[in-house]
Amino acid sequence: MAENLLQKVMAESDQPINLCYQCKKCSVGCPMIEEFDFPPNMVMRMVQLGMKDELLKSRAIWMCISCETCGTRCPNEIRIAPIMDSLRAQCIEEGVVPADPVTVALHSAFIESIKTFGRVHEATMLMNYKWKSKNFTSDLDVGIKLFLKGKIPLMPKKSKNMAKIKELFQESGK
Amino acid sequence: MEKKLGVFVCWCGSNIAGSVDVDKAVEEAKKLDGVVHAENYMYMCSDPGQQLVKDTIAEKGLDGVVVACCSPRMHENTFRKAAGSVGMNSYLVEIANIREQCSWVHQNNKPVATAKAVSIIEGTLDKVKENLPLETITIDLTKRVCVVGGGIAGIMSALDLANADYDVAIIERDPAIGGHMAQISQTFPYFHNIPELLQKKIDEVNAHSRIKVYVNSEVEVLDGYVGNFNVTIKTRPAFVDPAKCTACGKCLEVCPVSVADEFNRGLSQRGAIFRYNQMENARIPVLEQSDCLHFVDVEDAEMDAGASVRCQACVEACPEDAIDLGTIRKLNEEFVGAIVMATGYDLYSPAKMPEYGAGKIPDVIDALAFERLLDPTGPTKGQVLRPSDGQVPKKVVFIQCVGSRDPERHKAYCSRACCMYTAKQARLYRQQVEDGTAYVSYMDIRSDSRDFEEFVQKGMEEENLVYIRGRVAKVIQENGFLRVFTSDTLSSRQLEIEADLVVLAMAMEPKTGIRDLAKKMNVTIDGDAFLSETHIKLYPVESSTKGVYLAGCGQSPKDITDTVSQALATAGKIQTMFSNETLIADPLIAEVFSDVCSGCGICIDICPYGARLMNDFTRISDVNQAVCQGCGACMAACPNKACELINSTSRQFVRMIGDFAGKAEAV
Repeated sequence: MAENLLQKVMAESDQPINLCYQCKKCSVGCPMIEEFDFPPNMVMRMVQLGMKDELLKSRAIWMCISCETCGTRCPNEIRIAPIMDSLRAQCIEEGVVPADPVTVALHSAFIESIKTFGRVHEATMLMNYKWKSKNFTSDLDVGIKLFLKGKIPLMPKKSKNMAKIKELFQESGK
Repeated sequence: MEKKLGVFVCWCGSNIAGSVDVDKAVEEAKKLDGVVHAENYMYMCSDPGQQLVKDTIAEKGLDGVVVACCSPRMHENTFRKAAGSVGMNSYLVEIANIREQCSWVHQNNKPVATAKAVSIIEGTLDKVKENLPLETITIDLTKRVCVVGGGIAGIMSALDLANADYDVAIIERDPAIGGHMAQISQTFPYFHNIPELLQKKIDEVNAHSRIKVYVNSEVEVLDGYVGNFNVTIKTRPAFVDPAKCTACGKCLEVCPVSVADEFNRGLSQRGAIFRYNQMENARIPVLEQSDCLHFVDVEDAEMDAGASVRCQACVEACPEDAIDLGTIRKLNEEFVGAIVMATGYDLYSPAKMPEYGAGKIPDVIDALAFERLLDPTGPTKGQVLRPSDGQVPKKVVFIQCVGSRDPERHKAYCSRACCMYTAKQARLYRQQVEDGTAYVSYMDIRSDSRDFEEFVQKGMEEENLVYIRGRVAKVIQENGFLRVFTSDTLSSRQLEIEADLVVLAMAMEPKTGIRDLAKKMNVTIDGDAFLSETHIKLYPVESSTKGVYLAGCGQSPKDITDTVSQALATAGKIQTMFSNETLIADPLIAEVFSDVCSGCGICIDICPYGARLMNDFTRISDVNQAVCQGCGACMAACPNKACELINSTSRQFVRMIGDFAGKAEAV
């Protein structure tokens, strides 16, 4: 058992994961639980027990939408969203094939857009996402409607303080 | 002269009046032989109701009263007291139970219920007619106490009683008082230092002029009854004269014997002459006869080899001439009024858990052995070290519920203290070994007292204890470490932990020999041999024998907090008893007609209380008035009808049955 997983995730997320006593309040309130392979309470347990391989390969870490319902309700004040973030980061760092590559594609397209413009530019981000996910046809109907309403501008607008954005990315080492 | 009888019928609101025609019952009662007054009232047990009874007794000069109401268990005493207060002998009052045995069971049939009520009243009247006026029996009371067991329960109740100015004798089987508490290093949930706390109390006991301590001693015989017990105490010889011994320790060095030290749970060795424990009160060595070569039968071969002179090493080494191997056991007697059974517990033997390798794998130890590792005066000077190689264990697995909560194979009950002491032990280990990991295998965490839950939580928060829910399947030794096979039922995973040390929270069970002792003390035990209390809620420290009280783990597993509470409750109960000059007993007991009794002795065998004794002089069977509870077993068993219960004679009952049967036909 790799105990250092618990210590690492606790340090990165700054959450007292060792306090989880499996009341399952997080899982009962989770709106995404049907998409999870392990419910949030089980994710906590797996972190406690150091089940790193299974966690990094799990769908659960990618399906969490960080709505924070669990963290708001937890009797031990454990916020699960930062824990999920830490696990996702580890998954990518360690080169584990993510259980849901499409979500990863969206996340990385989003981050790359921020890196380039300091804010999201929907048109290039979506193209990037489509390219990464190799999924060209989904949601086209909605996309066309949004485009016609002018919600997907063609020309990007850059953030006024790109230097600060650059600094932030450098700080995080990405 | 015929008695003037009064009948008082209670409505009990609608409880009785709802199904019994109380007016008709009064009318019928008035017609009965000897009845000079009959009336009914809504609540006879109320103050005005009782006043009515009192006034009528005084006004009409009644010398027999029947109150037709609820069960005598509810209000017999009430009405007897009321009658007594106006000068009537209270044993001339009887209750006719027309509620539980009549109105409640015939709710839909008023004529039947009424007829039955009348016949119950008639039968009870016939009983009252032959009732004798009785006086309560007084029993002598010796205001001294014997406490069996010198653990924390015995110590605390003895101190309380002695401080209330009563003489107390503590009987302790081991060579020193202190019990299991002396083996434990710190308390939960506040990490108090136990040796310090306990030594204070032991010093108080030893310095108290009212307390006499018999160590190395056991109860040999118990005679007598409440207020008048005679305890015969057998004391094993300690062979060392405490008046001469200077505790220099020379004898300890020369003893050729080396056996496992029980106090340290086998983690160290001791000689046949040894210091029982590290507490100050055990400075003077004791000699264990069964281990000593002097007392072992010398084999022929050894005789030939010149070992004919039995070992005298310690005697020769003692500069003070304090050791006398010729000391013999002593018998003492104590006359006491009350006894406290503070017999304590043993841990269930780990040898009964072969799947955990206990007893075979040296690094699988029980919880008390782990306490000895944590004790600064213990075998490792307080360092947690593996027994096998003396290394600091980096991974320790604590297993809870070992032997407990396993009704098929071991003990069905929960041993109550283990959840908390395991959390304490794991936390103390983690505080000592900073880079260590402590796993706790548990079924449920039962932390149900003040600050207990917080204590466990803090263990998870600050000492990072890893709690794993599930029962360990087995522990095997492999390449220098222990492989612990378990499962985590919270994540439904099989787990294997490579551990350095495994600590078993063994079940608590009653002290060995409790069955024999309970028989001697005439105290009932439950299926697990724990001493039974009279009533778990209302009489929690009274045993089945009057005058024998319970305290501590002999009654059920409990922690120090609960043990002390119970010990003090026991002391309080005994002080209440001792606040009277004599004891009072009910006179409704058995009597023997000496001219009919043939002395066959059947009653002596049948009496559940030991109240019947053969009189060696008259050769008839006597009744011990203080012990007899008036159950009637002897009355039923006597082939000569030489024995009757006072005011419940066969004659009275035959008449009552006649009354009931006659009326039943009429209905």
